[in-house]
Amino acid sequence: MSTQTVNSTMRMTSKESKPIEANGTKTSQVVDNFEARKHWSIGRKLSWHFRQYWHLWLMTIPGMAFVAIFAYVPMYGLQLAFKEFTPKKGLTGGKFVGLKYFEKFVTSPLFGEIMGNTVNIALWTLLTGFIAPIILALLLNQMQNQKIKSFVQTITYMPHFISIVVLVSMVTLFLTPGTGLLGRVFGANNLLASPDAFVHIYWISGVWQSCGWSAIIYLAALSSVDPGLYEAAKIDGANRLQLIRHVDIPTILPTCVILLIMNMGHVLNVGFDKTFLMQNTMNMPASEVISTYVYKVGMVSNQFSYSTAIGLFNTIINFIFLMLANGISRRVSDTSIF
Amino acid sequence: MSVATVNNIPVPGKSGSADIPWNKKKPQQKTVTDWIIDIVIGVLIAAIVVVVLYPLWFVVIASVSDPDAVSNGTMKLLPVDFSTSGYQLIFKDNRLWTGYRNTIIYSVLGTLLNMVVTLPMAFALSRREWKPRRVIMFLLTFTMFFAGGLIPNYVLYKDLGILNSMWVFILPSAVNVYNLIIARSFFESSIPESLFEAAKIDGMSYFGYFIKIALPLSSAILAVIGLYYFVYHWNDYMTGLVYIQSDQFQPLQVVLQKILLAGNTVAAENQSAEIANYAGQIKYGVIIVASLPLLIVYPFLQKYFNKGVMIGAVKG
Repeated sequence: MSTQTVNSTMRMTSKESKPIEANGTKTSQVVDNFEARKHWSIGRKLSWHFRQYWHLWLMTIPGMAFVAIFAYVPMYGLQLAFKEFTPKKGLTGGKFVGLKYFEKFVTSPLFGEIMGNTVNIALWTLLTGFIAPIILALLLNQMQNQKIKSFVQTITYMPHFISIVVLVSMVTLFLTPGTGLLGRVFGANNLLASPDAFVHIYWISGVWQSCGWSAIIYLAALSSVDPGLYEAAKIDGANRLQLIRHVDIPTILPTCVILLIMNMGHVLNVGFDKTFLMQNTMNMPASEVISTYVYKVGMVSNQFSYSTAIGLFNTIINFIFLMLANGISRRVSDTSIF
Repeated sequence: MSVATVNNIPVPGKSGSADIPWNKKKPQQKTVTDWIIDIVIGVLIAAIVVVVLYPLWFVVIASVSDPDAVSNGTMKLLPVDFSTSGYQLIFKDNRLWTGYRNTIIYSVLGTLLNMVVTLPMAFALSRREWKPRRVIMFLLTFTMFFAGGLIPNYVLYKDLGILNSMWVFILPSAVNVYNLIIARSFFESSIPESLFEAAKIDGMSYFGYFIKIALPLSSAILAVIGLYYFVYHWNDYMTGLVYIQSDQFQPLQVVLQKILLAGNTVAAENQSAEIANYAGQIKYGVIIVASLPLLIVYPFLQKYFNKGVMIGAVKG
């Protein structure tokens, strides 16, 4: 790597050396006289800044414009949650109604069920989606044959590239009672219509789809272990399991913590697509979650303000969880994302 | 010899470990426990491979087998009564091909815009001497955890007039902050700063450095981010469901949902008896047709995945 760098540097220097000879004073611009700039007026500092960095600003502005329009304008539109929606006024909304819609949601008869389902599905997914990739990575890391290891990785990545629609279709086809691949095993029990089975179908198919992909990050962390560490542990008499316990696991722990914090930030974001597609009238008592309810209230029954309020409620709870996880982790392990 | 062993730290079980003086007396040998552990791991890995692969293989063989053999369980490992009737019916279905065409357009244009917007931004944000980058990064990261949500988005798209048009697939997703962070971290850590110093001395501008030096050295990250964006566009279902009304703009995933889950079997009239016969085959075949492009492409980019994921998550 280092020799390659040197070569490309030298090649570039020799190719570009002519302009320097042409105007030899060019190098004087490069000297960044930091001390002198401290005493400049704000206007002069600004004009210096933009003369120096206008290229960077130009490269950033398109992206910033997209983020401003498509992320921050909708945030501004969250005020709809506190106002009556009128089609004429659009995002700013009409009459101010305070917390009316939040109260409506919290006191609605569906509130307990929806929150319960959301937390239930989210915790199952969080837990299994967190543990399974770690186990897979530790297993894969134990494989000596690199070719087989790489083959196994290719196989386990595959489901990640399948769309949610296809995944749910496969689950539906397989679980069709009587005729499906798995449906035959359960006889007349229709798991697709069973509220009790919903969360388990949800997390098992989730692990099947994303376990291999999520393991990449742990494998990358594991590949950075200094082999000398294994040698040293072996000389001290450690067996394979002890190597995993005392070398591998401590290595991936910081990565685990960061991923756990990030996931906490989405703890109530039970994926809309998958839940919505897996829903049917029979399993509704277990499958109605906040995101699907937001869709139905907003897009099907057109109660825009109410739907916005439910969505905001969800976002705020997620944000609180994220901050809590981040704070706890910073205290306990010095690892945090903010 | 000693120099060589410093750089190639001996790997257990490889011949190199015998070169170290203190290992010579006791060569690495597998104990009985090691053998047991190896076997257990091998069995577990084999089980994982079967569990992941068999459902996919089942879809493949079911798409060319007699539907009765599929539903009564006689088809297990190989196709039974091989026939391509299902595929022939699929290829006659215009809805699917409209969806396919739409998704290809949205994915290609969308990914192009993604790259054109994300990469320069990531490069600019990777320059440490540029002070505003911290504020901008914070504003971007904030959007990962706090968003307007469904209805504000809907109202905004309506006001912008992109509802029920192809632009709703392309414009709102122009910047993905996660991918941006991956690219930024790559520019920060994988391109040596000395290159920038040299370019600066030669009077190269930021533009020139980005186009002529940074980008050509970043093929790994271009591949990874391009694939991430493309997969996102290809598999995007919700945008079509929520923001598109007319069938002519519906992407592949919405068409799939109609065919596979809502039970609208492939529409080719006058052939209803034939279609009923092959309904199962058609469903499995549609799954293959819709997923094949991504499943063919990703193994070629696999060597870049580790790099991309690692950089993004550790630095993010």
